[in-house]
Amino acid sequence: MAPVLVFARLTVQESSRRRLLLALVILTLLVVGFSAWGFNKITTVTRSDGTVLPHDQVSLITSQLLIVITFMYSGVLALSAAVVAGPLISSEVESGLLLSMLARPVRRSEVVIGKWLGLAILVTIYAAGSALLELTAVNWATGYEPPHPVELVLYVAAEGLALLSLGLVLSTRLSGITGGVIALVAWLMAWIAGVVGDIGTGLQNSALQNVGTISHLLLPTDGLWRGAVYAMEPDVILAALRAAGTAGRANPFSAVDPPPTAFLAWVVVWFGLMLTLSIWSFRTREI
Amino acid sequence: MGVAAAAPAIHTVDLTKRFGSTVALAGLSMTVPRGEIFGFLGPNGAGKTTSVKLLLGLLKPTSGEAWLLGEPIGDLGTRRRIGYLPELFRYQGWLDAREVLALHCELAPLPRSTWKEEIAAALDTVGLTDRADDRVSTFSKGMQQRLGLAAALVGKPELVFLDEPTSALDPVGRHDVREIIRGLSDRGTAVFLNSHLLSEVEQVCDRVAVVDHGRVIASGTMDELLSGTAVKVRVSGLDDSARTRLAAFGPLDDEGEHLTFTKLDIERVPELVSTIVALGGRVYEVSPRHQTLEDRFLQLLHEDDK
Repeated sequence: MAPVLVFARLTVQESSRRRLLLALVILTLLVVGFSAWGFNKITTVTRSDGTVLPHDQVSLITSQLLIVITFMYSGVLALSAAVVAGPLISSEVESGLLLSMLARPVRRSEVVIGKWLGLAILVTIYAAGSALLELTAVNWATGYEPPHPVELVLYVAAEGLALLSLGLVLSTRLSGITGGVIALVAWLMAWIAGVVGDIGTGLQNSALQNVGTISHLLLPTDGLWRGAVYAMEPDVILAALRAAGTAGRANPFSAVDPPPTAFLAWVVVWFGLMLTLSIWSFRTREI
Repeated sequence: MGVAAAAPAIHTVDLTKRFGSTVALAGLSMTVPRGEIFGFLGPNGAGKTTSVKLLLGLLKPTSGEAWLLGEPIGDLGTRRRIGYLPELFRYQGWLDAREVLALHCELAPLPRSTWKEEIAAALDTVGLTDRADDRVSTFSKGMQQRLGLAAALVGKPELVFLDEPTSALDPVGRHDVREIIRGLSDRGTAVFLNSHLLSEVEQVCDRVAVVDHGRVIASGTMDELLSGTAVKVRVSGLDDSARTRLAAFGPLDDEGEHLTFTKLDIERVPELVSTIVALGGRVYEVSPRHQTLEDRFLQLLHEDDK
């Protein structure tokens, strides 16, 4: 097996043997179970005249609740990716674990790419698996399904991968705790900057709008989150948001348009830059 | 291949490493022939581990050149033929011993058909066969160091770097490691042994280099290095000023009642005794002996500090 794949396999194996995967699966099943019960309750809620909510209204409420629940999932994914990626290289350098392996015919770029790949596989599997379970549960409970489920999974997974890539860059130079904390703070700041950009759009203030745009370029997590939100919005919600004009855009849990193609192209470039930076940083590090 | 096969295991020319203004290694030039057990001695912080890391390509030299097995350091292909036990040894606690060795077989890389035999032989050599299927996290420090040694041995390397290989081992373990090192040499593997355990080096090494403050201050075979005589004196009644005056008899290892003159010509022993008596000391025992590596080591460091 090529060294890249060996390091990818080791990363997956470590998460599995350290029971990180088991913990995530159990927690996800609990959340899915509770949310299915909650969503089912919506269908049995009665109005003051004793009648149950009509199907359209149930779908509307479900779509909005699903966005909030997905935000929690994306948060768990981002947190996990940052916390796991932060020490991915630094802790193994500090403990000496990498020393004997780096004395083998292994390029440092293979270590970096292999570890990124291993964690990327886990992030993608978690995003796809949890989405499948949650959407199945929601569909069972309310009959609702979001308009673009595949895009939803892709955007949520890409958000996790972005945090993973940032954590990995930091991990080549900083200690695990420092790298993890910086990645998390950056994720939150990018989210807040996205809200600031929304307010700028609402107020038609270009300076505030630029804050949002620049943050999307530096760390595209919020931009990707908006893509996930758009994938979950039914037409009726989109129509209402568009009718509200610029004010309809000033909300981190809404998106009037899908992410522009130029932004998606930038995301691909951004991933390339992060991996290149990680490889350069680790290659020039003295161990 | 012909040139490389005839090339020494290690050859360095003026290898230098600076970290900012700190000189970790100041112009290391040395040659270690194939199949030799080479001891690299020095006090803590002398530059021993830095040297190993430079040779393995984990650090980049500030200046100078070096070759391993005839190829410039950093050459990826050469690493197939090298084993390394780091001073800071740590292995995946969530793998078992056999899996750790399989990982090293895979990275080496060795043909998969040879893994089973290689792993079994390495485990047997370091005495871990009984624990092969146990998680490394359940291992003691000493067992982890044995595992590290096993990892360094897979693939029958032509050159093995052992950085303080017995730091976590008990006397039995140290004895075992000495036997393993001799076995490596017998089959033609060169061993670069970093250590500050002088008795260990003295027992196994063909040649040694003593490094201090990043410089090699002496090197040679054991016979060349240990040609002098040391004199141990049991004495009382000497105050500090008297002891200072005894410096005229060369480097002195002062252990209170026991004074060891680490290099003193046997002909000067009567003069030493009369001087001690003249300084008010009472001599109970005088025992001249061949220099041990420890005597020589202390003498060299003493001279280097002057």
